[in-house]
Amino acid sequence: MKRRQFIKKSAVASSLLTFGSFGLQSCAHSISNKKITILHTNDVHSHIDAFPADDGKYPNLGGFARRATLIEQIRKENPNTLLLDAGDIFQGTPYFNYYGGELEFKLMSKLKYDAITIGNHDFDNGIDGLYTQLPHAKFDFLSANYNFKNTIMDGKTLPHKVFTKSGLKIGVFGLGVELDGLVDKRLYKETTYLDPIEIAQDQARILKENLNCDLIICLSHLGYKYTRKPDKICDITLAKKTKDIDLIIGGHTHTFLDKPTQVINSAGKETLVNQVGCYGVNLGRVDFTFSSNKKLNSNGKALAV
Amino acid sequence: MKTILLPFALIAVMFTSCKKNTFNLVEKQSKTTPVDTTITSDKVIDNFIAPFRTHLNKTLDSTLAYAPETYNKKDYGINRALNTAIGNFMADVVYKQAQPIFKSRTKLDIDAVLLNHGGIRSVISKGPISARTAYQVMPFENSIVIAKLKKPEMDSLLNYLATERKAHPISNMNLILNKDYSIKELNINHKPIENRAYYVATSDYLATGGDRMNFFKAADTIYNINYKIRNSLIDYFNKVDTIRPKIDNRFIKLN
Repeated sequence: MKRRQFIKKSAVASSLLTFGSFGLQSCAHSISNKKITILHTNDVHSHIDAFPADDGKYPNLGGFARRATLIEQIRKENPNTLLLDAGDIFQGTPYFNYYGGELEFKLMSKLKYDAITIGNHDFDNGIDGLYTQLPHAKFDFLSANYNFKNTIMDGKTLPHKVFTKSGLKIGVFGLGVELDGLVDKRLYKETTYLDPIEIAQDQARILKENLNCDLIICLSHLGYKYTRKPDKICDITLAKKTKDIDLIIGGHTHTFLDKPTQVINSAGKETLVNQVGCYGVNLGRVDFTFSSNKKLNSNGKALAV
Repeated sequence: MKTILLPFALIAVMFTSCKKNTFNLVEKQSKTTPVDTTITSDKVIDNFIAPFRTHLNKTLDSTLAYAPETYNKKDYGINRALNTAIGNFMADVVYKQAQPIFKSRTKLDIDAVLLNHGGIRSVISKGPISARTAYQVMPFENSIVIAKLKKPEMDSLLNYLATERKAHPISNMNLILNKDYSIKELNINHKPIENRAYYVATSDYLATGGDRMNFFKAADTIYNINYKIRNSLIDYFNKVDTIRPKIDNRFIKLN
């Protein structure tokens, strides 16, 4: 009983502190900053454990237990943090073959992932295999361009979700890669794929104009860029041909970027495209700082990325 | 209860007493952090994984064979051949393991093997090979199937290999391309191509048109021998002491 009261009181005290100082600052019109931290992974492919020391490619890298520590550290620094994944959670180690994705979803729930989009390999045990694992996931499945209407996944995904952190609205929507030729039709069944550019433009408009989001993020499993197939839709093309998207978090091509690619979008502003390789060997992070008294220069650039 | 309500009342006063501030994006910063040994493992998460891990390791980690080198699908050798040691190895294993089964069930012979470069999902690291290695290289549940392809589909297959310019693993066939990627020489089972049906072993993923190998979709017949590619690798690892994957001249382009 006493312990519970203590928790209540300290919660009250801290909320007074945070909101109190913010309230005073905004009245006085002094500089007031808010930072949103976006953490992200892609193509973890069931890599539950770190690679062994004798691995030929990624020795001693990755693992959920280490990633958990890193994420908690960052959340302590900035509670206004979102944790996202750009798909291909499944397939790649025997953990998937043995447990069908249960462990992946349970661990991602424990790490408090906020949302993910669905990758092509997430259909590897069939759409029914994905559906079976849903009870283990305490995060949202965002997919705006897969139509699951005639499948068992109908109603289990959202096109987008708005997260509110420190009063700022962060709109996140998801995009999946074309499944035909990539995944056996017997696995994805009646799932239909819709044009990502049209859908992305539509989602960005809804999030910006109807839902008044301060920050718009696209979780994409389209792939970073296809040099030999320039007509194939990719994150770079998506960024160029759309507007109002601040950040595209990509996957599928297992592209290791040192820092986000800065792309000029259709409105002449900047859209960032990021991807952090694969197998959980890296954790991506992009911080967006908002200020009450300053404006970003008009082209949306000018930033240390 | 009172103590909880008080701050909310205060906040309400603070917000209504002054003009709402608009917040603009002013700075973006990024940082990609390697998840390496400088980060300590979260004990709670690690303990949660432990029973799953123990169960897996028991069945996966006994040594079956030995790899004298690390084999990477991106290693095309000094001449940038259209074949890789690991790809050749996998296609050859599929041929060696599937041929006796196919023969005993159908009295027919596999003429050639075609897999896809993208289907090699990991390196084979130098050192001991276990069942886990097979799971790394071939995590998918795909099975070996044999497609009966008539001459036009065989031509499409060869055209696909010539135009894709990728080191798709092949076995029991030789394909030499000219500098302009036209076909210079082709042998299947050491013989030039004839006007007959060929039996090409592949994965059920590719047989249904995966990687745009649409010629398989036009196959006359698909024979399923219910043999997973991963299991063919594990069975082969059990048979041999040391694997000897090599880049060779089976699929090359002249410079």
